[in-house]
Amino acid sequence: MSIPAEPHSTPLLAGIDPLPKSQPANISHDHVSPSRRIWLRFKRQRLGYWSLIIFLSVYGLSLAGELISNEKPLVVYYQGHWYFPLINQYQESVFGGDLPVLADYNDPFIRGQFDKPGNFAIYPPNPYYYDTLCYFSSSTHNPGPPSRDNWLGTDTSGYDITARLIYGFRISVSFALGLTLVGTVLGILIGSVQGYFGGKVDLFTQRLIEVWGSMPELYLLIIFASIFQQSFTMLFILLALFGWVHLSDYVRAEFLRNRQLEYVKAARALGLSHGQIIWRHILPNSLTPVITFLPFRMSAGIMALASVDFLGLGVGGQSPSLGRLVLQGKENLDAWWISLSSFGVLVLTILLLTFMGEALRNAMDARIDGQRTD
Amino acid sequence: MKNSLLALENVSITFGKKLAVDRLNLEIHAGERVALVGESGSGKTVTALSILRLLSHAKIDGSIRLQGEDLLQKPISELRTIRGADVAMIFQEPMSALNPLYTIGNQVIETLILHEGLNPKQAREKTIHLFERTGIREPERRVDSFPHQLSGGQRQRAMIAMALACRPKLLIADEPTTALDTTIRARIVKLLLDLQQEEGMAVLLITHDLNLVRRFAQRVAVMENGKLVESGDTETLYNNPQHPYTVKLLNSLPSRHIAPITKDAPILLETKQLRVEYPKKLPGWRGLFRSGRFIALAGADVSLREGETIGVVGESGSGKSTLAQAILSLVAVKSGGLDFEGIPLAQRSKRERRALRARLQVVFQDPFGALSPRQTVGQIVGEGLGLHFPELSNTERHAKIVDVLAEVGLPSSALNSYPHEFSGGQRQRIAIARTLVLAPRVLILDEPTSALDVSIQNQVLQLLVRLQKKYGLSYVLISHDLSVVNALAHRLYVMHDGEIVEMGDTEAVIANPQHPYTQRLVSASL
Repeated sequence: MSIPAEPHSTPLLAGIDPLPKSQPANISHDHVSPSRRIWLRFKRQRLGYWSLIIFLSVYGLSLAGELISNEKPLVVYYQGHWYFPLINQYQESVFGGDLPVLADYNDPFIRGQFDKPGNFAIYPPNPYYYDTLCYFSSSTHNPGPPSRDNWLGTDTSGYDITARLIYGFRISVSFALGLTLVGTVLGILIGSVQGYFGGKVDLFTQRLIEVWGSMPELYLLIIFASIFQQSFTMLFILLALFGWVHLSDYVRAEFLRNRQLEYVKAARALGLSHGQIIWRHILPNSLTPVITFLPFRMSAGIMALASVDFLGLGVGGQSPSLGRLVLQGKENLDAWWISLSSFGVLVLTILLLTFMGEALRNAMDARIDGQRTD
Repeated sequence: MKNSLLALENVSITFGKKLAVDRLNLEIHAGERVALVGESGSGKTVTALSILRLLSHAKIDGSIRLQGEDLLQKPISELRTIRGADVAMIFQEPMSALNPLYTIGNQVIETLILHEGLNPKQAREKTIHLFERTGIREPERRVDSFPHQLSGGQRQRAMIAMALACRPKLLIADEPTTALDTTIRARIVKLLLDLQQEEGMAVLLITHDLNLVRRFAQRVAVMENGKLVESGDTETLYNNPQHPYTVKLLNSLPSRHIAPITKDAPILLETKQLRVEYPKKLPGWRGLFRSGRFIALAGADVSLREGETIGVVGESGSGKSTLAQAILSLVAVKSGGLDFEGIPLAQRSKRERRALRARLQVVFQDPFGALSPRQTVGQIVGEGLGLHFPELSNTERHAKIVDVLAEVGLPSSALNSYPHEFSGGQRQRIAIARTLVLAPRVLILDEPTSALDVSIQNQVLQLLVRLQKKYGLSYVLISHDLSVVNALAHRLYVMHDGEIVEMGDTEAVIANPQHPYTQRLVSASL
């Protein structure tokens, strides 16, 4: 009886003689790279894996929001002609109306025209865009409770909440994605330079970061909001400027640890330049905290946008926003459908991201399946 | 069965599905010194830990009887009275085995109060007495020292004092000297021997160091892959080994096989008064204003001829690794110079110096840390080629990588594997391949075999010798192990506290050491 082979830590050629004559051919054929093993371990975490799938599909659907929630029909066949209101704009007169204004496809008159024999129109499942005012829906007052016309009711301005949520989710997640991306790139850049060069560079940059980190982010937002017309770009830049600080600390620590290791010395002895060593040798081995933090940074980004909107410092106008919906819910406590639905979307999003982060952290931990990674 | 103290009967240990120890039988009598020998992964440490049931997530079958009582049947609470009292353990790494937040005295006193029921004052007195006996200098003062304030040897002595505190009947020593320098090793072994005779306790020594076994143990048990393959009296076993694995193990002590160098071989590498200093924080208020200097290397003169191997020996902190790094320009040199191929390094341009790196290469000690875990073997070996020989086409480069892998004894199927798929010895081969592919003239070997098992160590040494003959390589071999240096080096430099204290032909230095440190080193290792 011998020890059963363990796939990864078994010496392939233990005890061979130095001459390459007697090579056993049984070298394992699946050369699983460390990153692939992390992915395989992640897939084994059912909760996190399904959270990822659900999150990606929901986000994918929201990206195609125009096909799901839109006041314009996808396709119209009217009196022998095809019309594509999503792409082109048509006047009401085209469909038999009297006025030379753009067609309102929720107008009972227009709908009646399409219902005439020979004509038809395919509407999206939820026939409202985020800025469609529901003149023709059954609700008599705003905010209106959920009904057949407005599945989740309407908000204080008479916008359909379902549509607001779909587009609000899309904007929130896209915003958070961008924020995460910029924050990660900046964090890696600054953290790696600090950690790799160490010494005076590190000392100086670290002090700068401390000064930077002690700036009151919220007050800056308030000040900027009162000086300038608030826009997404402005908000994005302001939040991105502060988003990297946390991450750079982790990257710096990983670099400080990894640069001591002998493979870095070996790379230096080979004559590689600093850039090559950072990029090819240390960075791939320092990404654990970066990747583990990605979902949590995403949820932080979503929450940041929501809270800025909640406080009324965000982008005004008609743009859909989860934060403003929550605020409306707070101001109209009797309109329970506003707070319930907006709060639900926020909670579910954050929950999915947290499950993903949890699973990712476990996947990064090589001890989970007892395999040696080194 | 005459007064058997500890009897392991059909002990099997499994971790999940992995069988680590397979039906092992071992008996230790009172007052006996037994050594359990084997390479890493043979299950010797697991066996030792199983005696006190210190393994987590392991399933232990069979029986482990201490004075007739089966330890496996006892509840953990009862086991605690045995741990530390009847059976004590000392570990390999004294720094991590001692709690850094408590003084060493406290850690012994705690054991005494717990197991012997002494009051704190008595316990303290007894601790000082124990420290005195284990050879800790100034025990009254050292009682209040923290582990980091002691040297490695002193820490190991404190560990031993802690283990001896309750006069155990059995002391399990798991690689007690592996982390220590050679000269300190000898002293610790002597201490263990003395104490064992005074106390009359039994000692189970777990080690891979065959020299140590021969000096220490009365009986040896050899383990391979979780099985006990042979056991017997030390002398009988050493003189007349039965099992092929034992034979292999005994034959793997490095033997000297070097090729003489030609008389007119040119000098390839020469250092002139190479000096390296590190800033050191001065104690007290002076440290606020200026920093002191720690001299890591105090003016080293080393020369290396073509096809020659020079050995650099010394204990940790003697500056031998600093010398290697200074030669490789991996640390800033304070003063002094380095000639390579007859031209001073300082006279070369930056571009030339980078190109020179191909001809002056290095193999590091730790085969696990020296390879980037996220690159394939092909990428690791090919990286230098891409940098120094960018003119090569992809097919040429691939052919070169395959050739060099074959040269170090690895199949071409290893190309797409990642380092974690290989054992320590194989990783060291990959590290050698990475340097060899650049066709270097000088290889710096910084403890190339210290992290490897004895039989693997010998294979790697033989590989190095073969490569030297074939390509006329010159080696700078840095090691703390005199037997390794003796196996490979033509000439020897002995370093102590940053200085070269003795140099000469290897055989002459070992046969007739002049400097007191060299004398200690030689007597400790042979």
